[in-house]
Amino acid sequence: MVQYSRARFDASFAAISDATRRGVLEQLAAADASITDLAGRFDMTLTGMKKHVGVLERAGLVVTEKVGRVRTCRLGRRRLEAEAAWIERYHRLWAARFDALDQVIDELKRKEESDGRKKRR
Amino acid sequence: MDARRDAEPERAKHRTTVARKSEREMVVTRTFDAPARIVFEAWTRPELLQRWWVPGSLGLKLLSCEADVRVGGRYRLEFAREGAPPMAFFGRYLEVTPPSRLVWTNEESADGAVSTVTLEEKDGRTLLVLHELYPSKEALDAQSGMEEGLPEAFAQLDELLVSLLGDPRAA
Repeated sequence: MVQYSRARFDASFAAISDATRRGVLEQLAAADASITDLAGRFDMTLTGMKKHVGVLERAGLVVTEKVGRVRTCRLGRRRLEAEAAWIERYHRLWAARFDALDQVIDELKRKEESDGRKKRR
Repeated sequence: MDARRDAEPERAKHRTTVARKSEREMVVTRTFDAPARIVFEAWTRPELLQRWWVPGSLGLKLLSCEADVRVGGRYRLEFAREGAPPMAFFGRYLEVTPPSRLVWTNEESADGAVSTVTLEEKDGRTLLVLHELYPSKEALDAQSGMEEGLPEAFAQLDELLVSLLGDPRAA
């Protein structure tokens, strides 16, 4: 499985940029619900609601579980938290190192350029 | 304000990406505006390495740095967070191929990764790819880096979710 932390955050923000999906999250915050329940509540087709839930699921905001013929949805926030926090720690360390490395590299480049000018004189 | 706006695309261009490639592997990438030999120099001269490996921006203070950069040579960087006991990164170099490849072990924990950095130069810029291979899935899952607590980016998303959903405890 590949997880880009930025892509992951972007997916989360994209998922909640839609009014219906925000409504679904609000609904699920109150109680778990089946796709059929959600489709009825938002006056949508089953297929339409499945798509919205799919987006939320890929962003890790919702998890679904099929029991018999019913697919139940619930908030997946806890799992997202752990995963995002874990990968973000990794990211922070390397981003901080590389920003500092940029400064060292800039100095080396400038020194090389000025040495080059001296040699040409 | 204008200067700050101008700096934004620069930062976006040099974004550090992190990906979990498999159960045992992490891959980090970053582009630098310099030829590979300069980037390699900054990784392999101890007096340069010590200036960025323990980033002050994370509240860490470097205490000492030794690096014998040749195959079989050892490195050790000691550092501390304010008011906390000293810690160290240490290990040894397995491969040293200027200016494109460096491989080393991370021995501060028994479950440390083997790290490989490759530098690929194109049009005067260098794409750096860092690959870390852990001995097991558990070793990678347990890897927490040096940062404790909730990261800011996540905290922001969390706040947004809380404002959208309302506080479940208040409901």
